[in-house]
Amino acid sequence: MTDTTLIAPQRKPHALELAPVFIFLVLALAPVAAAFGPETYLLGLFTRVMVFAIAALALDFICGYGGLVSFGHAAFVGIGAYSVGILSAHGVTDILISLPVALAASAIFAYLTGTVCLRTKSVYFIMITLAFGQMVYFVAGSLAPYGGDDGMTLQVRSTLLGFQPFKNDRVFYYAVLLFLLAAYLACRAIVASRFGRVFRGAKENPVRMATIGYDVFKYQRIAYVIAGMIGGLAGFLLANVVEFVSPAYMSWQRSGELIIMVLFGGIGTLYGAIVGAAAFLLLEDGLGSITENWKLIFGPMLVLIVLFARGGVVGLIERLTGRAGRG
Amino acid sequence: MADPVLQLTNLRKSFGGLVVTDGVTLDIGAGELHAVIGPNGAGKTTLINQISGLLAPDDGAIVFNGTNVTALPSNKRAELGLARSFQITSVLPKFSALENVALAVQARSGSSYKFAGAAAREAELNDPAFAALEEVGLSTRADVLAAHLSHGEKRALELAIALAMQPKLLLLDEPMAGTGHEEGARLVGVLQRLKGRFSMLLVEHDMNAVFALADRISVLTYGRILASGAPAAVRADPAVVTAYLGDELE
Repeated sequence: MTDTTLIAPQRKPHALELAPVFIFLVLALAPVAAAFGPETYLLGLFTRVMVFAIAALALDFICGYGGLVSFGHAAFVGIGAYSVGILSAHGVTDILISLPVALAASAIFAYLTGTVCLRTKSVYFIMITLAFGQMVYFVAGSLAPYGGDDGMTLQVRSTLLGFQPFKNDRVFYYAVLLFLLAAYLACRAIVASRFGRVFRGAKENPVRMATIGYDVFKYQRIAYVIAGMIGGLAGFLLANVVEFVSPAYMSWQRSGELIIMVLFGGIGTLYGAIVGAAAFLLLEDGLGSITENWKLIFGPMLVLIVLFARGGVVGLIERLTGRAGRG
Repeated sequence: MADPVLQLTNLRKSFGGLVVTDGVTLDIGAGELHAVIGPNGAGKTTLINQISGLLAPDDGAIVFNGTNVTALPSNKRAELGLARSFQITSVLPKFSALENVALAVQARSGSSYKFAGAAAREAELNDPAFAALEEVGLSTRADVLAAHLSHGEKRALELAIALAMQPKLLLLDEPMAGTGHEEGARLVGVLQRLKGRFSMLLVEHDMNAVFALADRISVLTYGRILASGAPAAVRADPAVVTAYLGDELE
């Protein structure tokens, strides 16, 4: 064995370390560029990109680092969105109430379903998370007072102590950006922490982890709750972006799209999820303006990415910048 | 001898109609290195799996340091000080050697419910982990991913992980399995140094290693203990010679 196998990630500087900085810089400057175009439209689009990036980030956290492929992640987005919608229907619009409620509701749902789902492994885990996701979808569709299948329109965006700062699209944009940055930094810190190390170890070899004294299930459940809360945060923001809440947010197609975003961007990188969400929504928007059947073009692109650029867009860039030489 | 570290009483386990552990009763004293030998399929690994909690026995009791652990899951047994190595290497391939061991240290050192602060930079975890790697001769390979270690090095890593748990009893399931002559000899040297500091239950096929290391030997055939005692007595036991040792010792 030669020294080429020596891996010292801390000491190896490479361009990709700057990728997250670059991504956030672009997002911070996007509104400036948008001012030269159809501003409202572009701001709305980019705000949606960031909202889905938050949801995809949470999915990458449990999926990429914990090996827990959840096919029901959109349920958390829906729960977050419905928390806003239902409270608002009763006249409660303050963010200081609706956001904690959205987070708590998602956490409780994650804790309860996680307790069941995490007893299963691999494909069973995928199926059972899908089942819970569909369950919430149908429950939301049956909420007649809150619009049932049709969903409901929000009267106003969330307020803050009686003021309406988020009415301004730019202010709201930067608020979402701050939430995305906070979610990204939190996930990154958790992954590197003691907790994160146990969680990552559980993905690699759960039997070994148990025999050195870890109750793997408990760690996974906490991570699942964290991911659920971040998903709920995305739902809270999504309701505010479109000022509309509907069961469609939590259909299994939405969960599948989140998985696609994570795969497209590059699983197990966190910032890849942001790239994936942007790529998905911008392609949807761009190709969608050409043809209604935009997925006919997007589908093969996804296949090509998965086949030839394992590690998604981030993995592709990694290879192009020549960092893969060590493999 | 003081109270035994491990007491197995009439342990039974069968898979369908196949009886794999057939009334095993065994004591391991403090500081003792107890070897369990026997032909393939005698039920040695099944026995270790029951002691470490990966399999539940059908009947009988496992008492570890005075605590009945028969119904405890393996992570609880590990907390009580029971460490094991696996016959088929079981490490975390995408973690460095140091990280593999540091995880075992972490299980013993403070809370693992810390969500901030880079674990990789904690001296509290890295220093004892490095010491355990040194103990098995892997300190120069600390930064190498476990997947990139040679087979013999992975065997040593298994041992380092178990050591880092500061166990009261080490269960070693064929630590030398599949290693070459040199690597095997190196591991015997490591075990020789550890002997006396830890109580150990050693399952091993290499008879030279077993007779060089063991204080007592139990011979397992068809899930039953055929003989148990000092190496010289076991070697001379006619039943053992017929059943097992005959062709191994010429």
